[in-house]
Amino acid sequence: MSEASSRTGSRTGSRTEAAIRASGDRALIGYLPVGYPDLDTCVEAVLALADAGFTAIELGVPYSDPGMDGPVIQAATQATLERGFRLEELFLALEAITARTDIPVLVMTYWNPVLRHGVDRFAERFAAAGGAGLITPDLTPENAAEWLDAAERHDLDRVFLAAPSSSDARLDGVIEASRGFVYTVSTMGTTGTRADVDLAARALADRIEVRAEALGRETLRCVGVGISTAAHVRQVVDYADGAIVGSALVRALGDGGVPALRELADSLVVGTLDGGPAGPASAQKGASA
Amino acid sequence: MIEQLRDHHGPWYGGYGGVFMPEPLMAAIDELAQAYEQCRTDEAFQAEFARLSRDYTGRPSLLTEATRLSERAGARILLKREDLNHTGSHKINNVLGQALVAQRLGKTRLIAETGAGQHGVATATAAALFGMECVVYMGEVDTERQALNVARMRLLGAEVVPVKSGSRTLKDAINEGLRDWVANVDTTHYLMGTVAGPHPFPEMVRDFHRAIGEEAREQTIAMTGGLPHAVLACVGGGSNAMGIFHAFLDDPEVRLIGLEAAGDGAETERHALSIERGAPGLLHGMRTYLLQDEDGQTLESHSISAGLDYPGVGPEHAWLHDIGRAEYQPVSDAEAMDAFLALTRAEGIIPAIESAHAVAGALRLAKEQPGATLVVSLSGRGDKDVATAGRWFDMLDEGAQQT
Ligand SMILES: Cc1ncc(COP(=O)(O)O)c(C=O)c1O
Repeated sequence: MSEASSRTGSRTGSRTEAAIRASGDRALIGYLPVGYPDLDTCVEAVLALADAGFTAIELGVPYSDPGMDGPVIQAATQATLERGFRLEELFLALEAITARTDIPVLVMTYWNPVLRHGVDRFAERFAAAGGAGLITPDLTPENAAEWLDAAERHDLDRVFLAAPSSSDARLDGVIEASRGFVYTVSTMGTTGTRADVDLAARALADRIEVRAEALGRETLRCVGVGISTAAHVRQVVDYADGAIVGSALVRALGDGGVPALRELADSLVVGTLDGGPAGPASAQKGASA
Repeated sequence: MIEQLRDHHGPWYGGYGGVFMPEPLMAAIDELAQAYEQCRTDEAFQAEFARLSRDYTGRPSLLTEATRLSERAGARILLKREDLNHTGSHKINNVLGQALVAQRLGKTRLIAETGAGQHGVATATAAALFGMECVVYMGEVDTERQALNVARMRLLGAEVVPVKSGSRTLKDAINEGLRDWVANVDTTHYLMGTVAGPHPFPEMVRDFHRAIGEEAREQTIAMTGGLPHAVLACVGGGSNAMGIFHAFLDDPEVRLIGLEAAGDGAETERHALSIERGAPGLLHGMRTYLLQDEDGQTLESHSISAGLDYPGVGPEHAWLHDIGRAEYQPVSDAEAMDAFLALTRAEGIIPAIESAHAVAGALRLAKEQPGATLVVSLSGRGDKDVATAGRWFDMLDEGAQQT
């Protein structure tokens, strides 16, 4: 990792990659749903994460059929849809955020809203609003030709998912199609413990590193696996290039607004500091992502 | 036609179908597609499936001439009696096939979504028969309107999980089932209940239902000396329709008519007309016609019949529609219930409300084409719908407790 960060990436277009490298490959990425609980609060919440020292932001587009989301995020995005969220708000939020901070803002979206908008039209407006790239949970590289063309044209990151069950051939496809980082997921089965999940995620992060090297790529790997404490963050950034925190932030924002979010954000950032205190919450079980 | 329509395989049906799934499920989908590809041509598998279909389901199902209904309608109406199958609907055909595939894959746990509860009951039945664990996801709204089937599933040993997210109907039950699959893919087979979802489901589910059409085609020829003028079936996801259409796809003189649920009416906003009123998009791992708004959010569908209350449709139907081989027509709740009562009173056969949509389509077509021979897929029996129908026709006694 330290070797990779000392070289400059071959694909200099990615602001996300630059930010992760600038963090010493100990990135902290925060997920929040766009427009939750309302547009203004969402913008303030993103600015609070940036101010706390997060490396990048992942904004989720509320969607009627969120097949990959856990209960906390589902409840938040459903509430956002019920209050009348429209896709237009995504572009408004991006403009408001990028006018006030340089932190890279990626957007996690299920694919149908983009298809419906028109892939190139979406990419063009997204880039104009200052977005850094897209994370696409239900679009795998074999279906992504149109998106990859548009991303290339508009210089956007494309973050695909890798899973412990992905074959080597599939991992190669993900590595080659991704720019920004590879989203390393490991799900917690109904009986899976925090420790099992970490083992699976670590093994996957290692596999990606090996495959990437064989392909002559410097692929960054960020891990999202129900991370909710500074101790989890520390564990993850010790073996991967970044940790993604979702449900814990969404819950804090929902329960205690921006002040509670800021408090959690400050505590999580401690986990990225090399050799800093692990924090008292290390024994706590993770929430599901 | 050079390519026989009957020979068409997934993953693509024109521009429809495909595999649009999250990466954590891709390995399981690939594994399933490979396993099914082997089962398709494996004689031992096919023999076991045929044996179960005969000895357990009760195939072949009858073709019954609905004489009194035909007289009133002015056409010759033949009913393909999937309602007589064990568990009471066509759903058992697919479930037994997939349970056999799951067994070959070494899976010990079956999960399924269900709308009307018929697919859930069939899955719970197969789980009992194969000694597997079973969890059925069912929209909370549907657990209320199909309470009897919830009890049936529990009696069979299945766990029924009421789904409280989204519209709390079939589409949300599928989302919840897919989430379970992501988390438990090592032990678990997701037993999709219709010709929807990512490849190989649309092709595999269609193949397990193909006997419906093959039998009906032979039986019609034996009974009438020729092919029917039209074949009619209700379309929710579209499995009973694909099953009965398939044998007739390359008989261009036979009209294939799918009846979609029009709910309050085709002119209202409360319907389940995925093909007629939807637009192509992605849902549940496939590209197909679906009800969606300008932002690509899936819209809620509406139908009196839980089994047709789905905002998407199987990709092969989307394709058959576009190439003009099949037609899709709306039937409202009111028309379906009229047909429900007409069949019940004329023949002593109480249909599932889903199937009543197909009967309604036949009664309508009889007026346009008097004297025509019409084969109707009677996909299920109406026992589960007695409470709904009793309320609709105001036949429940005051204070009767059954829901
Ligand atoms: C009796 C019956 N017919 C039809 C359907 C609709 O399913 P499909 O369109 O897949 O045949 C159902 C679904 O629950 C059903 O129970």
